[in-house]
Amino acid sequence: MAQWKPDPSFYPSPKMAMKAPPERHGYVVALNYGRNDRPDVVCTVDLDPKSSTYSQIINTLELPQAGDELHHFGWNACSSALCPYAPHPHLERRYLIVPGMRSSRIYIIDTKPDPIRPHIAKVIEPEEVMAKSGYSRPHTIHCGPDAIYVSALGSANGSDGPGGIFLLDHFNFEVIGPWELHRGSQELSYDFWWHLADDVLMSSEWAKPKQFEDGLVPEDLLANKYGHRLHFWDLRKRRLAQTIDLGAEHQMLLELRPAHEPSKTYGFAGVVVSTADLTASIWTWYKEKDKWQMKKVVTIPPVPADEADLPPLLKSFKAVPPLVTDIDLSLDDKFLYVSCWGTGELHQYDVSDPFDPKLTGKVEIGGIVQKKEHPKSNGSLLGGPQMVEISRDGRRVYFTNSLYSTWDDQFYPDKLKGWMVKVNTDPNGGMELDPDFFTDFGETRCHQVRLEGGDASTDTFCYPS
Amino acid sequence: MLQQTLSAIPPDSFGPWLAMLGFGAYHGLNPGMGWLFALSVGLQQRSERAIWVSLLPIAAGHATTIALVAVMVMAGMRFISSSFLQWLTAVTLLAFGAYKVFNYYRHPRWVGMKVGMRDLFVWSFLMATAHGAGLMVAPALLGVASICGSPDVHLRQGTGLFLAVSVHTLAMLVVMGSVAWIVYKKLGLAVLRQKWINFDLIWALALLIVGGVALLLVL
Repeated sequence: MAQWKPDPSFYPSPKMAMKAPPERHGYVVALNYGRNDRPDVVCTVDLDPKSSTYSQIINTLELPQAGDELHHFGWNACSSALCPYAPHPHLERRYLIVPGMRSSRIYIIDTKPDPIRPHIAKVIEPEEVMAKSGYSRPHTIHCGPDAIYVSALGSANGSDGPGGIFLLDHFNFEVIGPWELHRGSQELSYDFWWHLADDVLMSSEWAKPKQFEDGLVPEDLLANKYGHRLHFWDLRKRRLAQTIDLGAEHQMLLELRPAHEPSKTYGFAGVVVSTADLTASIWTWYKEKDKWQMKKVVTIPPVPADEADLPPLLKSFKAVPPLVTDIDLSLDDKFLYVSCWGTGELHQYDVSDPFDPKLTGKVEIGGIVQKKEHPKSNGSLLGGPQMVEISRDGRRVYFTNSLYSTWDDQFYPDKLKGWMVKVNTDPNGGMELDPDFFTDFGETRCHQVRLEGGDASTDTFCYPS
Repeated sequence: MLQQTLSAIPPDSFGPWLAMLGFGAYHGLNPGMGWLFALSVGLQQRSERAIWVSLLPIAAGHATTIALVAVMVMAGMRFISSSFLQWLTAVTLLAFGAYKVFNYYRHPRWVGMKVGMRDLFVWSFLMATAHGAGLMVAPALLGVASICGSPDVHLRQGTGLFLAVSVHTLAMLVVMGSVAWIVYKKLGLAVLRQKWINFDLIWALALLIVGGVALLLVL
């Protein structure tokens, strides 16, 4: 099993990774939770335009148990394996680490020998995850230089107690234990990533399991009880170093996208909704005199709507909030893609100046009111742009439409069906829907996408371009 | 001084010192022993000088590991017969090598990317110790110590061992500097993708080979 040369999908710098060959297939997790009693699935989608099965699901791996609620997932190893202080470049990008967010079970899925038909190599049962990590509801996976890092939304003993981060051994996939040595006031958890070259880890806040598992709790939202803070940690000392509060009205601070270039110390965070005016916002974090600062750089307004067109949850507001639920940054740190899941829009911003993003493109599909169709879809579509993934060269963007089982049903009560589409981008700015690419997942609802060889939200690079 | 020292060693007894030199060059070549870290510090700070400055604490940390083993050899020679010491070294090398063959990919988890001189020193010391850099050269150090003890060589054991550690460190530093310079100036980072062979596995095999040779010499 020993590799003689480094995995060819590992790149020292983001600029080199942009020259990687185009992805031929992608993996998409999809869930049946809340719809039928079938287990969730990991699908392989054909992304090769020259293939006869282009844009189709070419394999479905059904999990052995029902009710996992797959959500985010990631690779066991990536370009961070080349980092100089603990290099292990002969590890393979081979296993998908797929957590069940509702069950706290973790699947290790082997993409070899046949990448189209991966198989389950190991299952870490919930009891073991919780006993060894101290956490439950595993969420984001990041391949670190020294281990696999996993964020978790709940504590081991139920709904209360802090969520946090734990480590998985990247050689044998044993749970090592909780990552933090000193967490300060951090309690809520969601996404995390890092500036490896600066020894800093950032973590964001969504909510406690009881605030999301059975659906959005409107009273908690109106009382500003969802997360609104960003935490900066000392990656070496595993201690909380600084916390920035965006203001309580900025509810649900979710995805974190640091600049890929290791010499840069800024990044972008998305806020789902402001309880003050229903806007969504993008914030830039940056370093100034050794202290982290944050600045709101994009505000996306709600769209007025007829009460009759709105789900019960939104009727009294007479408007659709944009609901920014995912953002993704291209490897050259030039374009930020922003999902507006409520209004059914994907925005493309030129963020060459991270403090002054310019809207350079927009794609409309789905949406609570619009339900806009795709040239290849059979009529109107429910759901909207949600999990976004960008190819390494930045030319193709893929996205899916489901957010989270119980929340899907609150915002799209007519039971949305899963679909995935593709957007072709212009390197100078601008993008358009690929009219030939529409993947129908049927009743199964799809979430995160991972591309063959890596994508724009997987790898971390240690060497400047 | 150097000339005096060298002239005290009969030319046909240079072997162990040459071995220390060769091991130094080999350790310097391994990206996991320091040149890559120094290079990345230089790239991060956009300063060629930072590469050279970083190599010094890395070499010092490595030398500390080797020197500790040299001290252990000296102490061992006082109390234990040199043939038993040779046995012990060979068996330890073979056992550690066998362990490393199955765990060659494991590194100590320490530090991050933002490092000062002290960090680099400790990191290098840890890496060299954990991977058995000192153990690998123990037979050569034993050789040095034995030669210094023989009647026709007028060299104190401590001086001989100091010379051995110095030669080793210097060779390592020269090779680390050359490789870092060539990658920085000529080849570029792409070489990491194409030419980074599995040094960790080679290292484990080297431990076994050295252990095997050491065993053959005492048999």
